[in-house]
Amino acid sequence: MSQSDVKAARPLSPHLQIYKPILTMVTSILQRITGVGLYIGMLLVAWWLVSIVTGPAYYDFVAGLFGSILGYLVLSGFTWALMFHLLGGLCHFLWDTGRGMEKGTLDKIAFVNAAGSIALTVVVWIIALAIA
Amino acid sequence: MSMRTPLSQVRGLGSAREGTGHFWHQRLTGIANVPLTIFFVVLLIAMQGADHATAVAVIGSPVVAIFLILAILSVVYHMKLGMQIILEDYVSGELVKTICLMANIFFCTIVALASVFAILKISFGV
Repeated sequence: MSQSDVKAARPLSPHLQIYKPILTMVTSILQRITGVGLYIGMLLVAWWLVSIVTGPAYYDFVAGLFGSILGYLVLSGFTWALMFHLLGGLCHFLWDTGRGMEKGTLDKIAFVNAAGSIALTVVVWIIALAIA
Repeated sequence: MSMRTPLSQVRGLGSAREGTGHFWHQRLTGIANVPLTIFFVVLLIAMQGADHATAVAVIGSPVVAIFLILAILSVVYHMKLGMQIILEDYVSGELVKTICLMANIFFCTIVALASVFAILKISFGV
């Protein structure tokens, strides 16, 4: 048996896919996924800012894209990711102080994180559309 | 008996030589991001539908420009640190990991520089 065969035959410790997803686990994973989403989304922010210095015609083109149906879909996804990551970050600050680690509390925090992010997204868009 | 020198124990920087630096900077930028992203969201809501002249006037005004640059720098540094952790966690091949970590820094630098350049150019006059 070669070295690689021995390695391949070794049992692996169980990973994500065998566990039943529970709320605290889902919010923990989503904190990372929303982080990656915002990371890519910052390209849109840079693009929008650069479009302003490129000139009025190009700015109108980019602003038109953001104002389209697809643009609204992407921007509302961006808003939710930002709100989720923001609330999740506040949870992490709480945990950094050693507080809020009890099992029941963790479930409540995860629920507030998830529900709060959706509520904040809706509020932001209601205000945005009301002004527009 | 510890094999580590008294100086290294006092410094507490460990083998990676940055101690809790990554964690600390992640939290520091995270704290800064809270008010800065709220400012950014409010700014975007206020600016929706703005024509080019209005966009230049708003982003070029000193207070907006200063806080927008702060937001960009804090957010981009925060996301560089976060993506670094994700890459270190999930990319196991040494060469691929190194390339990914470099690409992460390049990406973040380009995003930050492009954004800050645009804001400054708007501020100083297009």
